[in-house]
Amino acid sequence: MSVSPYQPQTLFDKLWSAHLVTQRLDGRDIIYIDRHVLHELHAPHAFEKLQAASRGVRRSDLTFSMQDHTVATKPGRTETTNPDSAQFLRAMRAGSYRNGIRLFDIDDAEQGISHVVAPELGMVLPGATHAVPDSHACTVGGLGALAFGCGTTELEHILATQTIALKRPKRMRVRLDGSLGPFVTAKDVALRIIAEIGVSGGRGYAIEYAGAVARAMSIESRLTLCNLTIEMGARSGFVAPDDTTFAWLEGRPYAPRGPEWDRALAHWRTLTSDDEAFFDREVVINCAGLEPQITWGTDPSQVIGITQRVPDLAADPETKAKMERALAYMGLEPGTSLLGLPVNRIFIGSCTNARITDLRAAADIIRGRQVAAGVQALVVPGSTTVKRQAESEGLDRVFLDAGFLWGESGCSMCAGSNGDRGLPGDRCVSTTNRNFEGRQGRGVRTHLVGPEMAAAAAIAGRIVDQRSSF
Amino acid sequence: MTPFTTISGAAVPMLENDINTDQIAPVPTKRSLKPDYRELLFFRARRRDDDTLDPDFVLNRPQFAEPRILVAGHNFGCGSSREAAVWALVAVGIRCIIARSLADLYRENCLQNGVLPIELPMEAAVAFEARVLASDGAEPFAVDLYSQTISGPGGAPIPFEIAAADRIRLLEGLDDIGLTLKHQQDIAAWETRTRAASPWLQSAIRWEPAEVQENVL
Ligand code: SF4
Repeated sequence: MSVSPYQPQTLFDKLWSAHLVTQRLDGRDIIYIDRHVLHELHAPHAFEKLQAASRGVRRSDLTFSMQDHTVATKPGRTETTNPDSAQFLRAMRAGSYRNGIRLFDIDDAEQGISHVVAPELGMVLPGATHAVPDSHACTVGGLGALAFGCGTTELEHILATQTIALKRPKRMRVRLDGSLGPFVTAKDVALRIIAEIGVSGGRGYAIEYAGAVARAMSIESRLTLCNLTIEMGARSGFVAPDDTTFAWLEGRPYAPRGPEWDRALAHWRTLTSDDEAFFDREVVINCAGLEPQITWGTDPSQVIGITQRVPDLAADPETKAKMERALAYMGLEPGTSLLGLPVNRIFIGSCTNARITDLRAAADIIRGRQVAAGVQALVVPGSTTVKRQAESEGLDRVFLDAGFLWGESGCSMCAGSNGDRGLPGDRCVSTTNRNFEGRQGRGVRTHLVGPEMAAAAAIAGRIVDQRSSF
Repeated sequence: MTPFTTISGAAVPMLENDINTDQIAPVPTKRSLKPDYRELLFFRARRRDDDTLDPDFVLNRPQFAEPRILVAGHNFGCGSSREAAVWALVAVGIRCIIARSLADLYRENCLQNGVLPIELPMEAAVAFEARVLASDGAEPFAVDLYSQTISGPGGAPIPFEIAAADRIRLLEGLDDIGLTLKHQQDIAAWETRTRAASPWLQSAIRWEPAEVQENVL
């Protein structure tokens, strides 16, 4: 085979080869991790195992610790507000301290969900690799970083070696054509993609989101889009960085400055997929006419447009059984509309949709109105920085006056690890990323939506189309 | 890591597709740093609404009291990265998952814990599942990683494929960190190169105190 002088490369290929340390004896690629962010649910185990094996942390200066999964969201919280959490928070503090890792503790002015904090402080950079012991690490792909969610043993591996040993994934490009209508957001786009390719459609791939819609998105929207990558079964997803990215990043506390910024910027401008680069799979989604999306079932691919009906049972027996089970859990029938369905719980939060733009969009719908009787509505900002910013804009008043609870930052009702949960039979409209059975509490029926639809449902007390008057 | 060579015992059929980690190891109501992983495994699925054990749930049936092999459909282990979803299987004695396919992260977590993840092609999977269902725990199945075969009641041994590297790692119980640490010099060389070429990647310095943070959002 003749070697061609120029091999067109995808952005993924460029990032992979730039971070490839070497190939391990067992054939896995050793990939260097530029930034590693930990959280208290999984890191304590790894700290303990590391200590037992007398191993240190190779690059504590590239590692950060976040308290996010188990923290209480109640105003005035302490580490014992939720008694079960204290052991996690303390073990995290001790382990971080022992290993010289900067900890964003429960009372830190910049505490928050790792996937929200790392971008907003500029810890994540375009073209950098990033790992978190949490599957939604992919979120930060919105800044053009290559991120990997990892397990606890992998996290220990990264602490000890600053690398992760991986099999090289294949490359997929999801091209988002057209443009988005009013009140249609990145969340709707992401849910649509999952509906199209399924919860395992991305298995074994790294996904690049491209096309006019991705280019037109704000960074916050790109973070939302990339957040849902793991719900397609792919570990990493990203949008190539561009001027929107650079403008957003400049001046953030951990972003480079001065001559180093200029140098970095010149490099970041090369971070695109070459024309003619080969992708193992290409998916094209036309977003023109896309309407707000909502899940009807118990996995994030069971999605419909808000004016559509719950699908009829599939003919294929396996799919049919799965649908029947989901419908029974959700208390729904095939062929029915979700519009008008009464709801009693609203959650606006999580690493998917709790950035400042999400809170502004929700507040715009709520302003001057009241949460419907019998509905419990909770807003939890994605970080303490977002919370402060929202308060300086008076958004907390908008929510509180309407009858929402306004929480301290953390994961909260996304997975209920901190005790924030619904009750059996609750119908919850939620801006999170997983509608699995029992995720928000036993028997809780979760509908995933964007922040606008969640806000509208809180006011109406039922599922409504945020584009209509309700 | 405990090496994996051969195992034999009850093969538990859980043939639904897309069984996620929230099902395998749900977030318990009372959280603990050191939970009882046996108890955690399929905690919700094992129980009825009144909190009593559901005798019909497959893992509660007497013939599966000592499970060794889990037989699953497509995309087993999708969802979160929590390794507890593998530790819980190991806690009850399951050392092998035979599935139509496994989620990527979950498969990695299996390899880290000496659990053999086998993905059978469709036709072989269907035939094997039928044998597992027919036997219903009456007789053991065996998995041999040396010869890469699954054997048991109802038919001939079934060969399976696994990447050579993963096979060796499981057979020898190799410590993953140890494997990478053999390359410490390469890692240090990468750092030196990158410090020169892209210094911003090799340092994470904070430039300004927190107060200056206002208005960047
Ligand atoms: S908000 Fe939810 S999905 Fe995001 S990191 Fe927290 S628990 Fe995970």
